[in-house]
Amino acid sequence: MATDDAFVVFDRVQKSYDGRTLVVKDLNISIGRGEFLTMLGPSGSGKTTCLMMLAGFEVPTHGEIRLDGQPINDIPPHRRGIGMVFQNYALFPHMTVAENLSFPLEVRGIGREEREGKVRRALEMVQMEEFATRLPGQLSGGQQQRIALARALVFEPELVLMDEPLGALDKQLREHMQYEIKHLHERLGITVVYVTHDQSEALTMSDRIAVFNDGVIQQLSTPEDLYERPENSFVAQFIGENNKLEGEVVALEGDVATVRLADGALTKALAVRVEGPGSPTLLSLRPERVRLGESGGENRATAEMLEMIYLGDHIRCRARVHGNDEFIIKVPNNSGHPPIMVGQTMPVSWAVEDCRALDPL
Amino acid sequence: MSQVPADPHAAVVTTAGGVEDGPILTVDGQPLDEALARAGRRARWRAFLLVLPLLVFVLVTFITPIGQMLHRAIYNPTFSQNMPRISAWLKAHPDDPPTEEAYALLIEDLKEARKNKTIGAVATRINYDVPGTRSLFTSTARKARRLKPPFGEALLKANRKWGDPRVWTAMRQAAHAYTIDFLLNALDFTRDAGGDIVRVEPERQIYGKLFLRTLVLSLVITGLTLVLGFPIAHLLANLPLRYSNLLMIFVLLPFWTSLLVRTTSWIVLLQTNGVVNDILVWLGLIRDDQRLQMIFNQTGTVVAMTHILLPFMVLPLYSVMRTIDPSYVRAARSLGATSWTAFRRIYLPQTVPGIGAGALLVFILAVGYYITPALVGGSSGQLISNMIAFHMQKSLNWSLAAALASLLLGGVLILYWLYDRLVGIDNLKLG
Ligand SMILES: Nc1ncnc2c1ncn2[C@@H]1O[C@H](COP(=O)(O)OP(=O)(O)OP(=O)(O)O)[C@@H](O)[C@H]1O
Ligand SMILES: [Mg+2]
Repeated sequence: MATDDAFVVFDRVQKSYDGRTLVVKDLNISIGRGEFLTMLGPSGSGKTTCLMMLAGFEVPTHGEIRLDGQPINDIPPHRRGIGMVFQNYALFPHMTVAENLSFPLEVRGIGREEREGKVRRALEMVQMEEFATRLPGQLSGGQQQRIALARALVFEPELVLMDEPLGALDKQLREHMQYEIKHLHERLGITVVYVTHDQSEALTMSDRIAVFNDGVIQQLSTPEDLYERPENSFVAQFIGENNKLEGEVVALEGDVATVRLADGALTKALAVRVEGPGSPTLLSLRPERVRLGESGGENRATAEMLEMIYLGDHIRCRARVHGNDEFIIKVPNNSGHPPIMVGQTMPVSWAVEDCRALDPL
Repeated sequence: MSQVPADPHAAVVTTAGGVEDGPILTVDGQPLDEALARAGRRARWRAFLLVLPLLVFVLVTFITPIGQMLHRAIYNPTFSQNMPRISAWLKAHPDDPPTEEAYALLIEDLKEARKNKTIGAVATRINYDVPGTRSLFTSTARKARRLKPPFGEALLKANRKWGDPRVWTAMRQAAHAYTIDFLLNALDFTRDAGGDIVRVEPERQIYGKLFLRTLVLSLVITGLTLVLGFPIAHLLANLPLRYSNLLMIFVLLPFWTSLLVRTTSWIVLLQTNGVVNDILVWLGLIRDDQRLQMIFNQTGTVVAMTHILLPFMVLPLYSVMRTIDPSYVRAARSLGATSWTAFRRIYLPQTVPGIGAGALLVFILAVGYYITPALVGGSSGQLISNMIAFHMQKSLNWSLAAALASLLLGGVLILYWLYDRLVGIDNLKLG
């Protein structure tokens, strides 16, 4: 997304609640108009804090947030025109569904007739027309979620914030709602800032993902890049499954590093974040990029099979490779793959580009 | 529902809604509802046995005395029991003027009442209705043995008041053990010489005024506790636990000190030479000879009772406010509401159960409050309960006290009913 048409900008934002520790450290993001940006990160990494600063419920300790080019630090929440979906939905319990939806229109002084039309259209949008007269307490979790979504959209904000909106739903419903939210986003062309700590949710829905840890964005890129090309060990660990091999760089030629592993063997890896010969490094290798046999690439090793789990479309093997007992190999269940047995020792191989030399943890 | 087949929850709800026709039977062929009732019966009996001691306790110590009080308000057998003959005659001849026979029976009763030492009670009973007739009965009873026929003239000679038709009307009413006269008195009505219900003279109309004052002061106190208690409860509900515990102790502190001590400390504070007046004089806000009268009047009653009843407002409010998620107000703000609108439309309506519970509690307690107005109310700050106490302890007119108390109870019940109609009693949340 081009930064010159940035819609939301966090410019060197810092936040501290107690004056001693920074919860958000030097945050810089620009979010394009119409983008679906997800903030992903472990609990306590500062995601909600960022969202609250954008919504106006928390004040940045330092730095500036701009919305459509305007600094909004001094604009109270009700004048920011940002739709928000809360984790617990925050539907007003004493108002019916229709009253909940018409509340943002009422406070904007919109006339009754126009209000009714908009409320009806919003309910249609989330397929909840029949529930207009119900109280929120009489709805199921998924239905409440839909209403919360409709309420955040009914006044046609350009920017919608969602803080773990699907956290309280069961897996099946969550996946279903992911698609609905994604489709609404595409249809309405709104900008969405979405918070979750569920990586598969982030990968399916987002245009870009900002991976948070410890108040710092570790990597901000598309889902594909995040998975294929993690830029540091935290991201590699956090997104998807990952094999770790500790070692020390012995030589660096171009972007290929030669690494001596813990068991003394030498292997080659793509140098992504290494400091030079002599520095420690952590190699990251996706389980599905490891091949049985010697056809996988330049790096060869022997694997002692410790455990096998049959998963239908693939077989998941835990093996000892280069002294690492937790090395996972995913073998696609093709007709031609060699038979695997626990206790067996087999050659494995992988390509240099698939093995990324990152910062040590 | 069918419009959203993609929602897995919807599918569950629809299938669960299906109802089978006809009575459902258990496996051995009994109707299911009977089996259910039988299964529940034992559990119900056990539950009933558990509450039985309390039930008996409440019955003996609460329901029965209240029933007795209500009964006493309309039942006073003093005259009919102690003066049986004249009572019977008066009942038999409801409209006739007294005859020689009646006078003879009256004298007979007076003699006997004197012998039984019940003449005092009888005199007091008639004295309620016709003030100044106590000695009429006691002195005539003393002379009764010497009275000779014709008794009518003899009685008049003994005391001219026997010719007063009001005395006879009063006796006629008192002859019936069941009477609404005390209730009438409690509402500032009485009977004239002809036995018709009329209002008492304006200077004797005290109960109506007292009821009104009790109502008004109770409402004022309820309003004040709400105004003072709402922010405290809000603070309590939103402060971090560390501070809110401390604040809670301050709120509960009044409960830990004797009511008497608290009330007396208000006297120390508010009296003419008290702390508050001293400070005002020292600040130069008032002159020394203009010290404010803040105690032993209505101000004193209102101030002291507001203080004492405040926790009863704060606690229900707090318990409701604590359950209100702050995200509601945030949601309202993000939807475009100013903080005032968010408070008014979102926060306040959710506190209504607490406001209702607190207001009802404070109001009902205030309406029946006794000690504080007695101590700090002076004469203008007395409430109806002080009058009830007066009739129970001083004038010993228990029937009137009971009538006043019954009216108070009735009034509270009416207000409770009104509350139920307006707010809904199921909206009440006490904790
Ligand atoms: N109001 C507050 N006062 C003090 N500290 C706070 C406050 N809100 C959050 N924090 C602290 O700030 C840090 C970040 O919190 P935040 O809620 O932003 O995390 P998060 O990424 O949203 O986590 P989660 O996934 O659990 O929701 C946490 O360490 C938290 O303890
Ligand atoms: Mg959070």
